[in-house]
Amino acid sequence: MIIGKFDPLKQQRFTVLDETGKIVNPSYEPKIDEATLLKMYRTMKLARIADIRALQYQRQGRMLTFAPVQGQEAAQIGTMAALHKDDWISPAFREHAALLYHNVPLENIYLYWFGNERGSRVPDDVNVLPVNIPIGSQYGHAAGLAYASKLLKNNQQVCVTYIGDGGTSHGEFYEGLNFGATFNVPMIGIIQNNQWAISTPRRKATKADTLAQKAVAVGVPGIQVDGNDVLAMYAVVKEAAERARKGEGPTLIEAFTYRLGPHTTSDDPTIYRKNEEVEEWKKRDPLIRFKAYMIAKGLLDDKKEAALDEELEAHVKSVFEKVEKEGPAVSVDEVFDHTFATLTDDLKAQKAQYIQYVKETEGK
Amino acid sequence: MAEMTLLQAINTGLFEQMRKDKTVVVFGEDAGFEGGVFRVTKGLQEEFGELRCFDTPISEAGIVGSAIGMAINGLKPVAEMQFDGFMFNGYNQLTVHAARMRNRSRSRFTVPMVLRVPMGGGIRALEHHSEAIEALFTHIPGLKVVYPSTPYDAKGLLASAIQDPDPVIYLEPKKIYRAFKQDVPENEYLVPIGKAKVFYAAKDANLTVVSWGAMVHDAVKAVRALEAEGVRAEVIDLRTLSPIDYPTVYESVRRTGRLVVVSEAVKSFGVASEVITRVTENCFLNLEAPPVRVTGWDITVPLARGEYHHMPDVKRISYDIKNLMAFKL
Repeated sequence: MIIGKFDPLKQQRFTVLDETGKIVNPSYEPKIDEATLLKMYRTMKLARIADIRALQYQRQGRMLTFAPVQGQEAAQIGTMAALHKDDWISPAFREHAALLYHNVPLENIYLYWFGNERGSRVPDDVNVLPVNIPIGSQYGHAAGLAYASKLLKNNQQVCVTYIGDGGTSHGEFYEGLNFGATFNVPMIGIIQNNQWAISTPRRKATKADTLAQKAVAVGVPGIQVDGNDVLAMYAVVKEAAERARKGEGPTLIEAFTYRLGPHTTSDDPTIYRKNEEVEEWKKRDPLIRFKAYMIAKGLLDDKKEAALDEELEAHVKSVFEKVEKEGPAVSVDEVFDHTFATLTDDLKAQKAQYIQYVKETEGK
Repeated sequence: MAEMTLLQAINTGLFEQMRKDKTVVVFGEDAGFEGGVFRVTKGLQEEFGELRCFDTPISEAGIVGSAIGMAINGLKPVAEMQFDGFMFNGYNQLTVHAARMRNRSRSRFTVPMVLRVPMGGGIRALEHHSEAIEALFTHIPGLKVVYPSTPYDAKGLLASAIQDPDPVIYLEPKKIYRAFKQDVPENEYLVPIGKAKVFYAAKDANLTVVSWGAMVHDAVKAVRALEAEGVRAEVIDLRTLSPIDYPTVYESVRRTGRLVVVSEAVKSFGVASEVITRVTENCFLNLEAPPVRVTGWDITVPLARGEYHHMPDVKRISYDIKNLMAFKL
């Protein structure tokens, strides 16, 4: 057991893989099959490359505002790799890596940040709620999704929900977690403590020493984990999911990580944080240590890495080009028809009025 | 006089009021150190220190709730909602406490706070960053709501809002934060709450256009372009949405006989509905055509790529005005 052993009130943090890729806690090294390890590595790389390219597209004026995930990939991939395909994600807004692992197509992610609602229409067999911008509100949804799992699926469908360090100041974070705890439902809360809430540092968000200790008040286990260590995240979430499926209720996990990029492309982090701090964290990049681990395992070498890069770059490019081509067009039906199951008579009239206007003024 | 944008006018106004009144405090998410995501509060922390201008934890309910307490106990809080769409979390505090504390305590306790909210769409922003929800404030008794459309009014209304004895919602048209500059007096002046302004007046007007916020400028563009076609409009900028300056509106409609209200909010149950209702009640016999609203539709604000279907623009305003002018009894 890991959960319960590392006490957030004593500021203990769980790590398996150190910054150099060395196993520092061998007894906790999770047994992950090769195919899963390869999928984890591949998805981390895909998330990173998609992020770097999207930033470039945005600077070129080809993409709208978006929130980069760089630096937090392990916190997300480690989580999702430890869960089942039909488990739920109730995300915040910086979880592209988790979404990709959980089978949300990159095209959807790009489309959403490109400013088109079609991006939030995920495939029917993907249990991922739309990106959630109003901070904290996703925790309540997670408690409800998990309650339905308890009643209808004997707790076998786990719901994971994400939030940032700043988000834990929000009442709805507590409220949602407290509901999950009171209902005793299969829910896992992941706090991605990336140290910054836009310009506000973690120490100004709360006087508490750790964010994991916020679990104490609602009576569920909480643990702080090295969020840049994909193996530690995997091991803890695996255990949290087992607890959840056995009917033992929620777990709160603080992934101690760092946002390497800006809050969004509209943000200029040089105003509020020092470059030295960013450089320090770059040394702890989750990809560096996972790559070293994969090489040590004999699953990766320079040639394979180069081939993977090439393949993923081509994939990202073709997906973006498709989005760039198809993303700008939004039909009148699309903006009206998802308001209700059936458009009300008054909305039908408003839509007809607008269509008439478009017809009469086209080209003028 | 100094030339400045609407954003600079608010910033300058905050400096002015904080210098004048030591009880004025400014806060919000990222409003302290970096001066807000739009930089409206830039430089305030540097001059007035961290006790008078500060960052809060992310919690709109906490921001509005603590502003109420500060206001009751002698401070003049000017709190910021980072974006319109984040308002809902603070809405409970605003409606059940800020708006009715005076009434509940029989005026023993009052809430002289200002809540600044960047408002409206048209900037290709993210989801929940482009809402036009002014009616959610105007619908609540006990709140005053102002919505400037120029740098001059922005500074003058801010001073009035801060000095008002009751809670004032100060809506900021974020689309035109930096759109143009205007001469603004450097000394303090007040633009009174509850007074509209005739923003544009053609001679011998045959149409009254009522609008507010960023849309005022689109309305003016539309009517000017239609002058060759016989449209002679008076454009009224409400400036305050609650209480509305009805006498100014009635006086104009009684002369022109025609009314168009332009708003980027959804069509139904809004400020536009209220203006038209009041005009119908009070100027019925002066009307030569049914009043018209040019608004968004009753739908969720689309994301950036589809926003143009929803938000009125110069073209749609012109189209609706032309149809109105063609109306024959």
